[in-house]
Amino acid sequence: MSKLITRRSVMAAGAAGAVGTLTTLPISMVRLAFGGTRDDFTFTYISDAHIQQIKGASFVRNWDQGLKRAVAEANLVKPESDFVMFGGDLAQLGKKDELDHGAEILSHLSAKMHCVMGEHDYYLDLGEYWSKLYGPQHYSFDHKGVHFIVLNSILTTDEWTLHRWPSAEQRMQEMAGLDNPNGSPFMVGEKQRAWLKEDLAKVSHETPLVVFSHSPLQKIYKGWNFWTDDAEEVQALLQPFNSVNVIYGHVHQIQYNQIGNISFNSVMATAWPWPYPQTYAQAESHLPVLTVQMNRGDPFFERDATGWQLIDVNSGRIAARYQLWDNDPRTVAFDHKQGHPVDLAFQEPTNRRPPQTHY
Amino acid sequence: MRRTLAVLALGLSLAAPGARADEFTKADTDRWQKEYLSVVADGRALWTSGALGTNGVACGQCHPNAANTHPETYPKFQKQLGKVAQLFEMVNWCLKNPLEGKPLAADDPKMTAIISYVNQERRGVKLAPGTH
Repeated sequence: MSKLITRRSVMAAGAAGAVGTLTTLPISMVRLAFGGTRDDFTFTYISDAHIQQIKGASFVRNWDQGLKRAVAEANLVKPESDFVMFGGDLAQLGKKDELDHGAEILSHLSAKMHCVMGEHDYYLDLGEYWSKLYGPQHYSFDHKGVHFIVLNSILTTDEWTLHRWPSAEQRMQEMAGLDNPNGSPFMVGEKQRAWLKEDLAKVSHETPLVVFSHSPLQKIYKGWNFWTDDAEEVQALLQPFNSVNVIYGHVHQIQYNQIGNISFNSVMATAWPWPYPQTYAQAESHLPVLTVQMNRGDPFFERDATGWQLIDVNSGRIAARYQLWDNDPRTVAFDHKQGHPVDLAFQEPTNRRPPQTHY
Repeated sequence: MRRTLAVLALGLSLAAPGARADEFTKADTDRWQKEYLSVVADGRALWTSGALGTNGVACGQCHPNAANTHPETYPKFQKQLGKVAQLFEMVNWCLKNPLEGKPLAADDPKMTAIISYVNQERRGVKLAPGTH
């Protein structure tokens, strides 16, 4: 089912300024109709599947189900969204069997797919097999007047990557433990930043940018790599542009923020949710104050606090529509008047619900 | 009663002269803390091990640093179980479901290690029994 809402009706309903929708129907496309030639569009975002091999042809059922459900639902969206992004961590331990099994599930998507590299895809063979499946690890493309950039943000130092571990399997295991103190901070790195600078030199500052990374290109909590070590350097390259939107996975939870011209939105995992970092009592963390947290997950509902997203692009800004399987859907949309993303239902403190309190 | 007295008498006779039940030294508390922390370390190893269940899934995959386990709130009414429950019951629920494994006895040394690790990561947080 699809619904056409005119800009005028949205304004009349008092949602003026916020990108996105009045009502959110789980498997529907709700578009804003603009006068003139402006081309607004929607794409689908699926992330963090963590396909995990038990042995042979046997994989963890729970994580398989999450990815299969997201793919099935994404295919039901009408009209079809323009393309699908997969946000990284297709595999749990970077194994060929895991990447192949995940790729087989993703192959059922009817729309064109672009992929982002996650650390769970990378640290076994340094992305070699993933690249055979999905091509370059960083690249850019243009779509309907928007410049899209995909970064590999989960790189780290050569010393850690090449010289510290006796085997590739151990290197992968050390990076796979989110809270493992033997891990290493993620970074985009100098080489890729030079590429980014060159890529951006060809783009006018009026062109909206959408940047995809696996880790947040902002610093939230280093202990779990909710963090990119050279985030400030990357942000500095993006700040001259009028409308910049960064979308990231890795954190398995809803986060959003605004730093200068850059809006940040995270996406959900299809596999499992992660706690908000401040719930770890032994370390300081910095969840953006704008973020209204998602509901605390209920483990008795296997797919609770996981899901996928429809991303609307309007006037160079995005609205992330979270398709949450055991909760009401949420929409976090850029508010032009306030100049930052807001949750359309829960932003006001008085509108929040007890399950959104994490401790 | 007579038997208890006999055991006490035996205990007293074996004790070094001057030892008293309520006295211990810094060396003792250091040793006890070391014992505790070694069980915490066992718990961390179990928490991050894929071998606790049958499908290779580890507790730490969903609960980094044992976050979102709220040991300070137990015992509490666990809405999914429909009764007041202890933390070990929830650990067993996770062992049976996401980890597709077998539950542990409440006093199994592995359960003691897991509960020790969960509490250690939550140290300093005020007790809040019953809180959902």
